[in-house]
Amino acid sequence: MGNARIVGTSVPRFEGRAKVTGEALYVDDMVLPGMLYGATVRSRIPRGKILKIAFSSELDWSEFVIVSPEDIPGKNCIALLEDDQPCLADGAVNHPEEPILLLAHPNRYMLPKAISAVSVQYEPQPGVFTIEESERKTEIIWGTDNIFKSYLIEKGEVDEFWEQADFIVEGEYSTGAQEQLYIENNGMIATFDRQQGLTVWGSLQCPFYVHKALMKLCNLPAERVRVVQMETGGAFGGKEDYPSMIAGHAALLAMKSGKPVKIIYDRVEDMVATTKRHPSRTRHRTAVSKDGRILGGEIEFTIDGGAYKTLSPVVLSRGAIHAGGPYFWPHVRIRAKAVATSAPPQGAFRGFGAPQSLFALERHMDRIARVVGLSPVEIRKLNFLKPGQTTTTGQVVREEIDLEKLLDRGLELSDYYAKKQKFQDGNAENNYKRGMGIATVLHGAGFTGSGERYLASVVAVEVCADGGVRVLVSSTEFGQGTKTVLCQIVAEVLGVRYEDVGIAQADTHEVPNSGPTVASRTVMVVGKLVQSAAIGIKQTLVASGMLVDSYSPGEFRAACRAYVAEHGALRSVARYEQPEDIVWDEEKYRGSAYAAFAWAVYIAEVAVDPTTYNVSVEDFVALQEVGKVLHPVLATGQIVGGVAQAIGFALYEKVVWEKGRMQNGQMTNYIIPTSADLPSIRVYFEELGNEHGAYGAKGIGELPMDGPAPAIINAVEDALGVSFDSIPLLPEEIYDVMHEKLKRDELRSVSGAE
Amino acid sequence: MRAHPAQFELVAPQSLPKVLSLLADEPGSWCPIAGGTDLMVQYSAGNLRTRKLVSIWNLPELRRMDVFEDEVRIGAGCTFTDLRNHATIGSEFKLISLAAQWTGGIANQNRGTIGGNIVNASPAADSLPALLVYEAELILISARGERRVPYSGFHVSYRKTQLAPDELILAICLKREYSGYYAHARKVGARNAQAISKVCLAALGKQRKGVVEEIRLAMGSVAPVPLRLVATEQAITGKTMNEGLMQVARRMAAAEVQPIDDIRSTARYRAAVAGNLVVEFLEQLSASEPSS
Amino acid sequence: MSRNSEESTKCRVSFVVNESPVTVLVHPMERLLDVLRHELGLTGTKEGCGEGECGSCSVLMDGQLVNSCLVPVLQAEGSAIITIEGLAVDGRLCALQKAFLECGGAQCGICTPGMLLAAQHLLSKKPHPSLDEIREGLSGNLCRCTGYMQIFDAVAQAASGEFPT
Repeated sequence: MGNARIVGTSVPRFEGRAKVTGEALYVDDMVLPGMLYGATVRSRIPRGKILKIAFSSELDWSEFVIVSPEDIPGKNCIALLEDDQPCLADGAVNHPEEPILLLAHPNRYMLPKAISAVSVQYEPQPGVFTIEESERKTEIIWGTDNIFKSYLIEKGEVDEFWEQADFIVEGEYSTGAQEQLYIENNGMIATFDRQQGLTVWGSLQCPFYVHKALMKLCNLPAERVRVVQMETGGAFGGKEDYPSMIAGHAALLAMKSGKPVKIIYDRVEDMVATTKRHPSRTRHRTAVSKDGRILGGEIEFTIDGGAYKTLSPVVLSRGAIHAGGPYFWPHVRIRAKAVATSAPPQGAFRGFGAPQSLFALERHMDRIARVVGLSPVEIRKLNFLKPGQTTTTGQVVREEIDLEKLLDRGLELSDYYAKKQKFQDGNAENNYKRGMGIATVLHGAGFTGSGERYLASVVAVEVCADGGVRVLVSSTEFGQGTKTVLCQIVAEVLGVRYEDVGIAQADTHEVPNSGPTVASRTVMVVGKLVQSAAIGIKQTLVASGMLVDSYSPGEFRAACRAYVAEHGALRSVARYEQPEDIVWDEEKYRGSAYAAFAWAVYIAEVAVDPTTYNVSVEDFVALQEVGKVLHPVLATGQIVGGVAQAIGFALYEKVVWEKGRMQNGQMTNYIIPTSADLPSIRVYFEELGNEHGAYGAKGIGELPMDGPAPAIINAVEDALGVSFDSIPLLPEEIYDVMHEKLKRDELRSVSGAE
Repeated sequence: MRAHPAQFELVAPQSLPKVLSLLADEPGSWCPIAGGTDLMVQYSAGNLRTRKLVSIWNLPELRRMDVFEDEVRIGAGCTFTDLRNHATIGSEFKLISLAAQWTGGIANQNRGTIGGNIVNASPAADSLPALLVYEAELILISARGERRVPYSGFHVSYRKTQLAPDELILAICLKREYSGYYAHARKVGARNAQAISKVCLAALGKQRKGVVEEIRLAMGSVAPVPLRLVATEQAITGKTMNEGLMQVARRMAAAEVQPIDDIRSTARYRAAVAGNLVVEFLEQLSASEPSS
Repeated sequence: MSRNSEESTKCRVSFVVNESPVTVLVHPMERLLDVLRHELGLTGTKEGCGEGECGSCSVLMDGQLVNSCLVPVLQAEGSAIITIEGLAVDGRLCALQKAFLECGGAQCGICTPGMLLAAQHLLSKKPHPSLDEIREGLSGNLCRCTGYMQIFDAVAQAASGEFPT
């Protein structure tokens, strides 16, 4: 094939034209004849029994379709890892905003009033609102012990090394909930008819997750449930599992009424009722030699999963596996658990547990550096994983990654040393306090361990009657470039023009199950399957004699048309096979957790305003090794977008909770950075290739969420000389801590103490 | 969208006398709506209690600017963009120009009006402290006639003003006597754009030989109404701007404000930042051109 | 409220959308956003927040950028409105649209219509904006996907004349 002509170039976004003209169809843009609008009556209390539901007489309820648990044809659950989450609360509620009843009406303006006109009487029960309360077990709200899942990862002799330690460094770090805030709210349309069955269209990431959940809820066989993804306005994980719930609601209303039903959330409902990033608490206890080497450690990683299990075990898994970061731990014990609280269940958000545990680790590395008397750079270089060494789960690093060199490059790009010196010299006099911070991270792409094997993804590439070629996958586009990159891969393999390749809408009736669009797996895992399937097309055409070794795109089209005319449809299918060197022990949680890791260095420059205590990120360097960059503009866009969200995670985005309910569920009060708040984010790539990824690519979508937050907080510590171990870090917190410090310093100087 | 449009009336009489006549006929029944950037948010959230609205958007009598020899009259229907674009406001009333830039984003500046900002009476509104230090006067108009009131007394208590149920603000009057002052404003929000202020300061000052000749300080978001820091002003006036005075100013300002804890911030943060903002202003004032 | 009495409180509102005159029979307090999307079928303008914070609903009203979720339709009487559907002329993309495609200014696309109109508005007032002016001009349009860099690139490129229509 020679040098890549399409892969590696920034071809036009596949669906870009429709997006810039306003023609792209999102679920709320679609209207069906006779359509009703649906809405949800939700719990106003965190936990309790439902005693009575009353309907105010001021409305004519005969105009409404009302769905309650009795109307559920199948099992009242949203099937995921477990069936513990009800589709509609039946007799009891376990979190604020839990769905209780569904209403539909032809006039969407009637619904808000109708919801207020339903009154629910509860017998409240005590709720549990923090990790610590859940751990105390004074109230058991889930299972027998409030624990959804726990993992134990052990490497080496986990109790033997403490005595050799010259230093034992401890720290506790926490991260708050974070709202995905995709700009398009959740929405679904459902239709049901006795012949066709159930069809839903919506904003979603994983059509087959929704499909599976609807089969169980509606008691329908696979071929009578159809799920179609519409253009989706952002997701970031927030539309991984929640769409099954809203699809279930629309489906039930459609089945009861016999009419199409559309449910679209408004911003408040979407923010208060749907999933967020799991809050976390990580405790580190690390044995360090006097020259700065990590001898071993204990890591306790706990996440708050909300009221039902949903995806918490998987978030926990990834967070636990990433808890040791890109460093060599000769011995380590990682105890991880996900606990239940009386809040809406938390869910997937870019990074999926890794941003939480890596925040803790990268803050802790700076703490270790300070205790030992080394710089943040030195402590990392001393402990970086080297090729041939093993990770915390015992996975051998097989690629020639040189993290010291990567870090050096990052330091040079960010002018780290010069700036750090300048700031150290200037901070005493200058008004603004400035600092530099580093974080070095890794991110495993694809499903953990045996996950890809269980998914057993299937893709297809087929030839169309006009000679064009079409990709068939359940992987969805929601801005990250799925369609573009998969079409690039096929065009590259087949030697045709990018414009000659199409991709089917993600419709469960049309496409095979290539797995969910999560875990940074689409380009790497699904792309590689698509690559194989495309090779299959070419092989078949050559074998049939309709194509010779060297051909033009026009000749390829002709060959396809000829083949179809003679033999009928040509479809090439590829199925995932676990590479033999990826071996994972699910029991002991040891082995090769991921087929590939991407590696990154993030360096932040911050300025702290002494008048307002606001932190602004003045400059940001994002340097990452990603296997291969298949589309420079898209790849850069992913990194910049991810860094921006991580800046929000670190400094702006606070969920204010009151007894399990988000109080600031509006864009006015949940603060994400605007264009005026972000610095120029400078992005650089390195490419080591990846035998397990399409054209050598590794997954990169989540990587940029892992490092920026600790880099920023490390920079704030550099600027102020004060340690902050919890995010989001708001100016109010900085004021409180600086004020306390000032008082203590004054007291000390007054009392003459040293 | 949680309101039912069919349950609301909106009329647009197209002339000020007709609007005033409607307000006079049924005082308290009709809620005037200009650009809607506050009222429509309440409406969409299902929180707008009034069911009858009368549009005063783009009425020529309200959306005008008159520059007289000694006074500028800003029509209450002027948008923040109108204020940003006006040369005299930019050159002589910088604090209003700045506040206009900080109010929401461009789209909201194109619709939000200064009159609406005043009547909505949120203590967090960005332009209100500027009006306090410029010692604005308001012309209020109704079918009964006009009256002129000092802006300083207009806010009676949290979200309550002196406006009678049949009245509108016609214009905001500013005396053209501020060229000799050093003017400074700062808004502290959760982010650099589109933020409701946590604390904001509008300040005017005159200094000579390091002595504060005159000083006016007004703040938003630190009390139920926009607040003029009278006690702090008095403590600083006539004094030399040295380190000691900065500490006095910081302490007095932090004590004079009455902030609360709310969803956006804490009382102690607001008080501390209020003190810091005043000191920041004094430091700039001491470095500024002395008054002649 | 009965359906009949609901209909009787509607009124006719006339304005121009994308250079075509329209008259709609609507309740005066319907949001311009909803009238554009539901009465006129112009679904390119989006709702992201309903409170004038995200800018997804931005349109040009008499040449001024406004959040259509905050405009009661009665106040649009007699005005000239441009929506995203009005940017391309006879199917030919305008310079900004081309630049967005070239530079990666659109990822999921939901903020894109409002963002393009805000950019159009900016360039109509400042044909050669600095980076800071671009930042400020777009600061009322939230994007969650791009982190804004590639949007700024697109606006700067369109301003530089690199994409003649």
